[in-house]
Amino acid sequence: MRQMVLLWTDALVFLLVAVVLLFAWYARNKEHLRAPWREVVRSRLAVSSLVVLAAYTVTGLLDSVHFRMALPEAQGQQEVQYSGEVLSLLDELLGPMRTQVEKTYSAPFATHLYTRETITGPDGAPQRVYPRLQYGGAHLEDIGDRNRDILLRSLNAVAQALLATALITLGFAVLLARRWKKPLRVALRAMLGGTSSVPWRTAVITIAVVALIIALLAALSPFYHVLGTDKVGQDVLYQTIKSIRTGLVIGTLTTLVMLPFAVFLGMMAGYFRGWVDDVIQYLYTTLNSIPGVLLIAAAVLMMEVYMSNHPELFETMAERADLRLLFLCLILGITSWTGLCRLLRGETLKLRELDYVEAADAFGVSRLTIMLRHLLPNLLHLVLIAVVLDFSALVLAEAVLSYVGVGVDPTTLSWGNMINRARLEMAREPMVWWSLLAAFTFMFTLVLAANLFSDAVRDAFDPRMRQQR
Amino acid sequence: MFAYLVRRVLYAIPILIGVNLITFFLFFVVNTPDDMARMHLGMKRVTPEAIEKWKSERGYDRPLLYNSAAQGGDKLVDTIFFEKSVRLFVFDFGSSDSGRDISADIGNRMWASLAIALPQFLIGLLVYVSFAMLLAFFRGSYLDVSGVVLCVILMSISGLFYIIAGQYVFSKLLHLFPISGYEPGWLAWRFVMLPVVIGVFAGLGSSGRLYRTFFLEEINRDYVRTARAKGLPELRLMFRHVLKNAMVPILTGVVVVIPSLFMGSLIMESFFGIPGLGSYTIEAIQNQDFAIVRAMVFLGSVLYIAGLLLTDLSYTLVDPRIRLS
Amino acid sequence: MHARPSLLSQYRRSAGRLLAAWVVLMLGACSDQPWNSPYPPDQAGQNILYSSFEERPNHLDPAQSYSANEIVFTGQIYEPPLQYHFLRRPYALEPLVATGMPEPWYLDAGGRRLPDTAPEEGIAFSIYDIEIEPGIMYQPHPAFARNTDGELIYHSLQETDLADISALGDFAATGSRELVAEDFVYQIKRLAHPRLHSPIFGLMSEYIVGLADYADTLKQALQDELPRQGEPVYLNLHDYPMSGVEVVDRYHYRIRIRGKYMQFRYWLAMPFFAPVPWEADRFYTQPGMKERNITLDWYPVGTGPYMLTVNNPNRQMVLERNPNFHGERYPAGDDAADREAGYLEDSGKPLPMIDKVIYSLEKEAIPYWNKFLQGYYDTSGVSSDSFDQAIQIGSGGDISLTQELIDKGIKLNTAVATSIFYLGFNMLDPVIGGDSERARLLRQAISIAMDYDEFIAIFANGRGITAQGPLPPGIFGYQEGEAGINPYVYDWTPRGAERKSIEQARELLVQAGYPNGRDVQTGKPLVLYFDTTASGPDDSARLNWMRKQLQKLDIQLQIRATDYNRFQDKMRKGTAQLFQWGWNADYPDPENFLFLLYGRNGKVEHNGENAANYSNAEYDALFERMKNMPDGPARQEVIDRMVEILRFDAPWVFGFHPKQFVLYHDWYKNAKPNLMANNTLKYRRIDPQLRETKRHAWNQPVVWPLGLIAALLVLAVIPAVVGYRRHENRRVRTVEG
Repeated sequence: MRQMVLLWTDALVFLLVAVVLLFAWYARNKEHLRAPWREVVRSRLAVSSLVVLAAYTVTGLLDSVHFRMALPEAQGQQEVQYSGEVLSLLDELLGPMRTQVEKTYSAPFATHLYTRETITGPDGAPQRVYPRLQYGGAHLEDIGDRNRDILLRSLNAVAQALLATALITLGFAVLLARRWKKPLRVALRAMLGGTSSVPWRTAVITIAVVALIIALLAALSPFYHVLGTDKVGQDVLYQTIKSIRTGLVIGTLTTLVMLPFAVFLGMMAGYFRGWVDDVIQYLYTTLNSIPGVLLIAAAVLMMEVYMSNHPELFETMAERADLRLLFLCLILGITSWTGLCRLLRGETLKLRELDYVEAADAFGVSRLTIMLRHLLPNLLHLVLIAVVLDFSALVLAEAVLSYVGVGVDPTTLSWGNMINRARLEMAREPMVWWSLLAAFTFMFTLVLAANLFSDAVRDAFDPRMRQQR
Repeated sequence: MFAYLVRRVLYAIPILIGVNLITFFLFFVVNTPDDMARMHLGMKRVTPEAIEKWKSERGYDRPLLYNSAAQGGDKLVDTIFFEKSVRLFVFDFGSSDSGRDISADIGNRMWASLAIALPQFLIGLLVYVSFAMLLAFFRGSYLDVSGVVLCVILMSISGLFYIIAGQYVFSKLLHLFPISGYEPGWLAWRFVMLPVVIGVFAGLGSSGRLYRTFFLEEINRDYVRTARAKGLPELRLMFRHVLKNAMVPILTGVVVVIPSLFMGSLIMESFFGIPGLGSYTIEAIQNQDFAIVRAMVFLGSVLYIAGLLLTDLSYTLVDPRIRLS
Repeated sequence: MHARPSLLSQYRRSAGRLLAAWVVLMLGACSDQPWNSPYPPDQAGQNILYSSFEERPNHLDPAQSYSANEIVFTGQIYEPPLQYHFLRRPYALEPLVATGMPEPWYLDAGGRRLPDTAPEEGIAFSIYDIEIEPGIMYQPHPAFARNTDGELIYHSLQETDLADISALGDFAATGSRELVAEDFVYQIKRLAHPRLHSPIFGLMSEYIVGLADYADTLKQALQDELPRQGEPVYLNLHDYPMSGVEVVDRYHYRIRIRGKYMQFRYWLAMPFFAPVPWEADRFYTQPGMKERNITLDWYPVGTGPYMLTVNNPNRQMVLERNPNFHGERYPAGDDAADREAGYLEDSGKPLPMIDKVIYSLEKEAIPYWNKFLQGYYDTSGVSSDSFDQAIQIGSGGDISLTQELIDKGIKLNTAVATSIFYLGFNMLDPVIGGDSERARLLRQAISIAMDYDEFIAIFANGRGITAQGPLPPGIFGYQEGEAGINPYVYDWTPRGAERKSIEQARELLVQAGYPNGRDVQTGKPLVLYFDTTASGPDDSARLNWMRKQLQKLDIQLQIRATDYNRFQDKMRKGTAQLFQWGWNADYPDPENFLFLLYGRNGKVEHNGENAANYSNAEYDALFERMKNMPDGPARQEVIDRMVEILRFDAPWVFGFHPKQFVLYHDWYKNAKPNLMANNTLKYRRIDPQLRETKRHAWNQPVVWPLGLIAALLVLAVIPAVVGYRRHENRRVRTVEG
């Protein structure tokens, strides 16, 4: 028995997905919209990062389907009661990682705790030893077998990954062959030989790498803590994977929140000019001139007050943490829309002088229609570029805000919180490095992929750049 | 020119009023004066009378925005908002909720902030421009390609990581710099060096790449091509012409931050224990010292507006065709 | 073509010059001390102790300061009549500026003197006669400065006189004067001053006769004086007599206490009862002083061994030896353990032994620890993150330092702090609180499930002992061994106290009507709320641990994290459910712990320190009896009964008493921990030469990685330069050809 839980951010995430899909469907047959995207997917780097981003996105989406498990029926119970713990599909997939909690720190692939403990020995005298882990490597009878065990499981995983890659490649090849109306053999050769215009070979290689990583983790994580455990013994890999959603939500929802403001206010300011322009300019100059961190800090504190005054609104902790996350996106949105707004205003000022806009005006086309029909489409490329560029900056900002103490809820798993904790662990002796490394690697991969992808998008969409080629 | 300046300064006033209103609203919705009093009076044994006393001494016992008990104009004047905001406009920050004079503290701590921010700004500019020029000079070569890759990689790393790693390696392992701390005067350089190096390095990715495009844009212009075709050596071309022209967008882009250098860096200062305005602000947020936060917000806004003004001025200096009107 | 080499070499030359200047600068400034020294070069080898402060002390005015970080300073500057003996254990008071231990005598309601053995009910007043040593001088201070005519120079300053003044040190002249009994009385009156918020005013006005009324007198006086003087108003407290305190003669004053209050003598060892000269009060309440942060809160004036000379809360605070100090000698002792530890070597030597103490602002634990290891701080605590580096526990459970630290000559002191950390239940809460059997069983079950033994192991590395009741060891009434265990949580076995099994807790839960954490009537899962201010990086681990504990009982714990203000507000309104709090003893008497659960100290109703709002008639009655009993078997019996009531009712999960671990370098002497005394700085000694040598040995800079990086950079560029030259030459050739 499950009770589905739709958190606020879940709803918005799915809304975003719907918007993207709608747009894709709309753009399907519009050549001028498709052309730049075709340009994007011709870049090897962009294709590669697209695969990586897709892997992250799927993880994030799986983590956005939430539900609560029913509690076992107790005597005298009238209705089904649900656990206060909100789980996601991803939790189900990760399975034992969430529940295999050790006592405290343990290193990656360790079989023993990282700290010593006083244990009463067989002779009754207390001893200071590294105790065996409860789960990590617990299946090993002889600890000496560990490396062999890891190797065997890894080889198995490699085989699985190769198989999966082969299947996926074949799937794509079938699709392509049908599309090109050519035999499968030709399509496969074009894909893998590197002769296709879209760099399919790169895509296949990246998919193979991603599949390999996933397979390795899937094969090893039930038996070992692949990235070690943290202070209270939680699996670091689990935390890092769960942090993906937080990073993605902040990177995307913030933009989703700010876009309507930025686009409409920017367009209105540029199109109407006069007092509308003055008011909007005043608004964004004022907001812009407040140091962002202070504004965020004040707003986040305000949210906390609201939440602590209304505990009845939140049935579970996940809901509380989620609302704080959403609010953080909102406030980040408020502080970051001004840049795009100014850019759009400037562009609109230029566009409104163009012949066709003036012509439309002369024909008495309503102003709203002009804005939506003639101005907006010509601004979309700027919006798109801003969105992809902002994404990585926002993911990075989350970490900094967590450090200042106004980031996501401390109970939310996020890279910012992990890095923040890692500062203490780095100073520890012996040093605990795996939390930092895990958060760093996952975050770095995402941001790097996003940066590379946004470069390709900018090159493709920015007309000025296109001219230069 | 002068009229323009006056107009700009006058335009700043409504903005500052807006800023003041926003922060005022946020802070008094968050913390009632009672909360502030309790925070400042300490943890053990606080009586309600002590809280009332604290509030009345600091003028927090008045209504927030509208005093219905007062007469005539006092209805608006005898309020916390009026009392606490109007004096900011003559840069009289008053005393913090814990009783220290804010202006004195700002004057005192500003220098520590500058000691970090200014070298970081100048050295950063020098390094980024040199680096970008190097890449642009060897454009297309392995150096350029690996440089751009390096930039993208550096951009993708969280700033916190640079600080954590830098502090660990240079201070803890290599014993090259003090771990944290500060000493005023010339002795400051030993404390300033590591934050500056880390700060410069952390910005290398984005700035280096951006400036490289400025250089490339300039190199691809017709006059440069002509000069090159005439046989002007590449190096001379680079220093004589390209550098000069590429500096225009670079400089006009960075002047906006110059006034804000006074505010210092929040993260860097608190990591390295530097008693600047950045750490001052963070502490004020943590201690909920409304007076300091308000003062810092105001100061930040003023400096930002000054930065905008400087940007406009620098455009006219660079390009005489732009007239200020 | 000529331009190219010249331009390049020019670039090279200037770069070279820069580098040379850099090297000179580095060498010049670092020749005499390690590169990473955070202190100016001229302090090398001096008799200076280095310490830190985490947050600037808010109050250094003895009427107001109460926090631990303030006492660090006020303890060294102000001298109350009594102090704790540095060496003696259990803690014992001894006279400091008083000539002897004040023994109270008693009066009945009619003012007749009673014999010392009179029953408590008949005692209406206790009288404390305190006599002080003559000839004690204040530290040099401008408030005392007089000109040749004997007039105070700085007592009628105008705004113009203050033009060049921004700190206390800017006043050219200083003076001093003898300490008199009047100054003590002046300070007691200040506790009621309407402009000061003395944290003990509420408590003391219940005891010191006339203090409450005196506050009203001064409030009235302030209103009368305000129109006459304008701000700031100076009230000469001599003009306003207070009934409960009087100056008997120059060196002799008298305090009148309502009823019998045995704990009063402990208060006499705190800076609240230290002398404040009227000159200082007058001096600081002149117009323009407060605007310059020149107040008693920032620049204390005392008779103690040290005086505060620099107070820059943004960076550092400096204590320097008071040249007028009346002199005191290192105490003698005969304890063998003290002798072995070297605590008696300095017996009879004049105090203080350290010239200067520099407290630097250090916000975080990590840099402090690293600087301690580098020798830049002289002492340090042990955080749980550096524990394994510092401490190892031997096969016999004995605690010792790791080889790494032993090699450095670092030493360790341990002591169980007179504090308690507990998990409180709000007794006003309908679910968890109240006197019902159901709630009590639930609380007992939670007490068992909250495995504080594990908490200590994980978060404090075993630095603590689980609390069996509210009293920590070292406080009268604490019981060792089997007699001292909490029988509702622990079983006594031959191996010592053992926590009851989780099954027993679950059994209690069944009895309470929550089988498997579900309400037996509705089947609803039991959800409890934990209110906390925790939000730091390390806290989430702690919160997870809490959740894990209650999960053992299938109880869901929800964390309600808020800022400190909200938390306080909740506690005051009694809307919290579970909360974690701690208490640090003010003085070594069981009353100071047991009053935390005294009904009339209820937080919600009486705004007292009883945060659990626990109230039990029998307990309250026993508390009132126990309060003034002398230590002895009778008192022990009462305390045992009180503790038993608490254990049964379980308004707290008695958490743990932390153990204090202090590390210090071997150049730091007389490090004996004294958790009650706050003026121990004067007894410490350092060996600056040894410190200097060690610092040099430990902090050799490692430069080769820098060279390596530079070399790699050059190597990376060389092929490109070579390529460019070749290309350029070819181009030149083609152009020429």
